[in-house]
This record gives sequence, structure tokens and C-alpha cells, in this order.
Amino acid sequence: MLLLTFSDIGLIVTLVIIAAGLGLILKLALKGKEIDRRIIFIFIFFSVASPIIFQIKFSEKATAVVKSIYDKIDNLPEGSKILISFDFDPAMAPEVQPMAIVLGRHALIKGHEVVFMSLWTTGQSLLTEIINEYILPDFPEKQEFIDYVTLGFKAGNEGVLKVIATDFKKMFPVDNNGRPLDSIPIFDGVKSCSDFDLVISIGGGKPGPKEWILFVTDPSNIPMAVGVAAVIAPQMYPYYPAQVLGIMGGVKGAAEYESEFIGNYERFKDMKTPGLLTMGPQTLAHTVIMAFIIIGNIIYFRKRKKEAKS
Amino acid sequence: MRRNIPLAVTFVVGMLLIVSVFLPPIETIGEDFGVFFSIIAVFAFFLGGGNLIKVHFGKIMKKSNDWEFSLVTVVGFFAMLIIGLFKIGAPGDISTSVTAEGSYFQEMFVYLINPLQSTMYALLAFFVASASYRAFRAKNREATILLVAAFIILLGRTPLGMMLTGWIPESFSIFQVPNLAVWIMNSPNLAGQRAIMIGISLGVVAMSLRLILGIERTYLGGDDKG
Repeated sequence: MLLLTFSDIGLIVTLVIIAAGLGLILKLALKGKEIDRRIIFIFIFFSVASPIIFQIKFSEKATAVVKSIYDKIDNLPEGSKILISFDFDPAMAPEVQPMAIVLGRHALIKGHEVVFMSLWTTGQSLLTEIINEYILPDFPEKQEFIDYVTLGFKAGNEGVLKVIATDFKKMFPVDNNGRPLDSIPIFDGVKSCSDFDLVISIGGGKPGPKEWILFVTDPSNIPMAVGVAAVIAPQMYPYYPAQVLGIMGGVKGAAEYESEFIGNYERFKDMKTPGLLTMGPQTLAHTVIMAFIIIGNIIYFRKRKKEAKS
Repeated sequence: MRRNIPLAVTFVVGMLLIVSVFLPPIETIGEDFGVFFSIIAVFAFFLGGGNLIKVHFGKIMKKSNDWEFSLVTVVGFFAMLIIGLFKIGAPGDISTSVTAEGSYFQEMFVYLINPLQSTMYALLAFFVASASYRAFRAKNREATILLVAAFIILLGRTPLGMMLTGWIPESFSIFQVPNLAVWIMNSPNLAGQRAIMIGISLGVVAMSLRLILGIERTYLGGDDKG
């Protein structure tokens, strides 16, 4: 017997409505009539809202560029030190926050010691929100200062990076709550960024992953992974694989990592996967945009044909 | 004098930082300057805040166009500033983190700033769709190449790409849309990006030298005459 879930029904209804609407527009396009942009806006709204309402998800498989980050964290020996920098603001968060959540979970479940920090003013509040609301509830056994620590935001952009590349405590004498780094167990034996086994920068603006590569990880030869907004991903490829071991680009990168993570960790198979969930709106929105590009070209060629005739 | 001192400071600091890279005894000087830079960056926040108040307060006083928005800006600025400075609602004493759970600063960030900024950015989706419809038209050879590349990337960034071309045998897997998208990123995009990066880097070196040697003086403001 064929059993349809709520999401399946939602997907079918959405596709039927979008297809019917596009069919009507195509009919107009064949007559060479341009489409009002408000019609495009309605289609985009529907293609984004519907997958969120119906919780439409698509399956993903990690590509090599994402899998290499997963493998690196998975294969590091327990107790390795990982530095994760949240270099983003709320505008970028829907794209890169899923990466921050899944990376934090993965690092903690593997028993690594994680240091969180931010180069963006808005990063500190996002850090608090992500750690307290999404990561820590799954790890009640983890202790602050032993398993993880939050350093918060530090002003100075590249200036901060230049200093922590050689002397961490010079720039961060205390953590987010004013506790001296010398009294924090995670920082035993940490002088500079070179003492971390992996550095991850999640962001896409400036300062962000690029500045981390230029000022810290490449000169000191530290393994580095990046998670960036989709529009920034093309700018990261020149650094792959020599300077960065992997790139998570946009929602798709996050979704690929999430699918790899939940596929390998039974405990998290039912966890919330914002990356995979956001792939629904992205897939349908891309489909609608592609349809409109085709329609736009049909209109263009029809008009050109008419002009040639006249 | 007003110009010579900044020029001398720029020259000395610039030369010191360059020399420190090559001379091990003074290589830590770069770190010290990094700390100075961080301290100066904090003062930039004061300047920024002061400037914001000056501009918007002036608009409110003069009742210029849309002065109501300026009022919202000023009220929002002071509300966040006071709540953050006095750590209202935060558990513990004044040394507690401003973003500690329960602090009104964090609540305002989560429930006001976060959705507002996300909404502004999300609006881009509508304009990108409308612009794509108008811009990606096969008007000539170059536009057609751009159109095809955009199409492959759009398709490759969704599971649809694999659904449509997953049947292609493994020996020809390069023609599967997701792999084509990766090829575009890894080859033509990489070549273009590297060329741009090298060009920018050379430009930065040239501009830095002009600044250090005092040839470029526009950052001092006013005319170029010393």
C-alpha cells in the first residue's frame, strides 16, 4: 500500500501549483509578453514558504570537498583541540548557522576540546544562542573550560588574527566571562594557533575565512576548514586543497555535512537538521528561477523573430 | 606640520613592520602593533557611535525628511547601549558576559536584531529571481556561456541535478550536473579567481608602497599639498 507522508502530499501539491502557474505564464510567453516582476515574487514566495510549511526535505550525499572536513574531525584523536570562529551576522546565519551547529556537535561527540570565538560584533550573541540552544542540550555531560570554552568577540579584525597566530593570550587574556585563560584547562599547552589541531572559520564576510587563511593558518601551516555563504564559495576554491582541507558552501554544504553526520551517528539520526530542511526551499526556488530564465529566453527569441519579420 | 607628522608616522610604522618580517630580533614588533591596532579599533566604535548620534540628532532637530526614522535609530541605539552597558537582566554581577543567557541585551538580539537582519537579507531572493529572469538571456555568445554556466550551477546546487543526470554511467560521470558544477568551480572559476586575486595583491603592494613613501596622501583628507 502506498503511504504518503505530510511532506510528500505537500511536495505534490506544491509542484502541481507551481507547474500549473508556470504553464499559464509559458502560454503568455509564447505570445511574446513580458512577465511582471510581482508575478515572479509570488512564485518565489510560494516556492520558499511551501517547503517550510510542509517540512519538505531532499536527501543529500557529501561531496569530496565537504567529506574531507567530516573525515578530518572524525579521524582526529580524542582530546584534539579545535578552534571554531563564528565570523558572521544574523543576515548570513540562515546559510551558515546549520554548519556551526553540526560542526560543534561533531567535535563534541568525538571528545575534542573546542574553543569558540568570533571576529564579528554580532558573532558573540550568535555564539551564545547557538551553543546554549542547539549544541549543549545534546551534551549535558560536557563541562565548560574542560570540554569547551567561549572566548567571545574581539575587535581588531586582521589585527586580532596577526597576534593570536603567535600569542593567543596576548589578545585574549580572559574568556567571555572574564576568567583568565591561564586558569582554563583547555588552554594548557596552548601558546598560539599553531597548538590547535584544526581551525574552522564559519562566515563569508570580512574578516572571515579568507583572513584566517592569509594571517593564521597558511603562514603557520595549521589545518584549516571553512564554512561559507554560497556567494563566497567560489572565492574559496583557489585555496582548496592546499590551504584549506575542505569547503562547506552555503546551505548545500551544510546539508551534505548533516546527512553524513546523522548517517553515521545513530544518536543524532532524529536531530533537527536546518541545513537539510533549508534545501527544500532552495531546491524549489532554484527550479522556479530556472523556469523563469527559460521563459525569459522564449520571450526574447519570440520578440526577436517578430522584429526580424517586421 | 599637520601633514608631515602623519606622513612620518606612516613611514616609520610601515618600514618597521616590513623590516620586522626579515629581522628575527624584532619580529615580535608585528604582534605589538597588532595589539595597538586592536585598541585603536575599539576607539573606532566610539567614533562610529558619536557620528551616528551627530547625524541623526541633527536630522531630528531640523525635522528633515524622514526624521521619524532617525528617532527610531537614536532610541534603538541608546536602548541597546544602556541595556548592554549595565548588563540589565544578566545573571551575576557586572563582570558577567553581556550576552549571558537571560540578559535583555541577548533577548533583544535574538528577538529583534536577528529577525530584522535575516528578513532584510531574505528579500534578496526576490530581487535575484527577478534579475535572473531579465539578465540571463542568450543575446550573444558571451551571454549564452554565462547563461549555461548559471544554469548548471543552479541545478548542481540542488538534488535535482543528480536526479536528472544520475543515470549517466560512472565512466562519463563528469557529465552529471553536480560534477559539471564542481568542474566549473574548480577550473574556469578557479582560473578567474586566481587572476583577480593576484591582480588585487599586486595592487595592494603598489598602494602600500605609495602610502609608506608618502606619494599617496588622499587618506589625510583635503588637497594633496603638504
